[in-house]
Amino acid sequence: MNTTNSASGGWQNNVKRQTVKLGYWTFAWLVSMAVATFGPKSLWGSDGMITVLAIGVNLLIGVGMIYANKNHLKSLDELQQKIHLEAMGLTLGVGLVVGLAYSNLDIANIIASDAEISHLVILMGLTYLGAVIFGTRKYR
Amino acid sequence: MKNRLKVLRAERDWTQAQLANELEVSRQTVNAIEKGKFDPSLPLAFKAARLFGMSIEDIFQDEA
Repeated sequence: MNTTNSASGGWQNNVKRQTVKLGYWTFAWLVSMAVATFGPKSLWGSDGMITVLAIGVNLLIGVGMIYANKNHLKSLDELQQKIHLEAMGLTLGVGLVVGLAYSNLDIANIIASDAEISHLVILMGLTYLGAVIFGTRKYR
Repeated sequence: MKNRLKVLRAERDWTQAQLANELEVSRQTVNAIEKGKFDPSLPLAFKAARLFGMSIEDIFQDEA
């Protein structure tokens, strides 16, 4: 190829770098979430100060993860951004509609167990994953 | 929107990956544009025009 591009490969390297950064931040957030969740039961008992500190650290790492996610999305090209935007829109809609319906079922005592936020998180995660896979295939 | 990206690329014997690298997009994006599944933004269309040394209208045509 006759043309030369000084940024050749730079774009792809930046995507890789941002993806790895997002992976590290997500892993750190997951660990801090586990510590904040299971710490009071398994590590430090009923010390409320340490629990508040653990939750604070989890929140701060969460902010870092959100920032890393924003940078990751910005590093993608316009088609990839479109795929993620469509997936986020679908996830938001499904999360809102199904989440509130699920909550109503709990309030009306139609479901036996309490509505758990973790169920909503799992639903949103699976919806996002499915929508990204579907979007990627759609533009193949 | 129709485009001549595939023809122009073939004339220069470039692969989709090479063109994607020059345009700083993924190979999937080049493929989607060539197949008419995705319309590029104006900055990307200008970038393609600069790369091929042509005007945007010479590469992309409105189907309406």
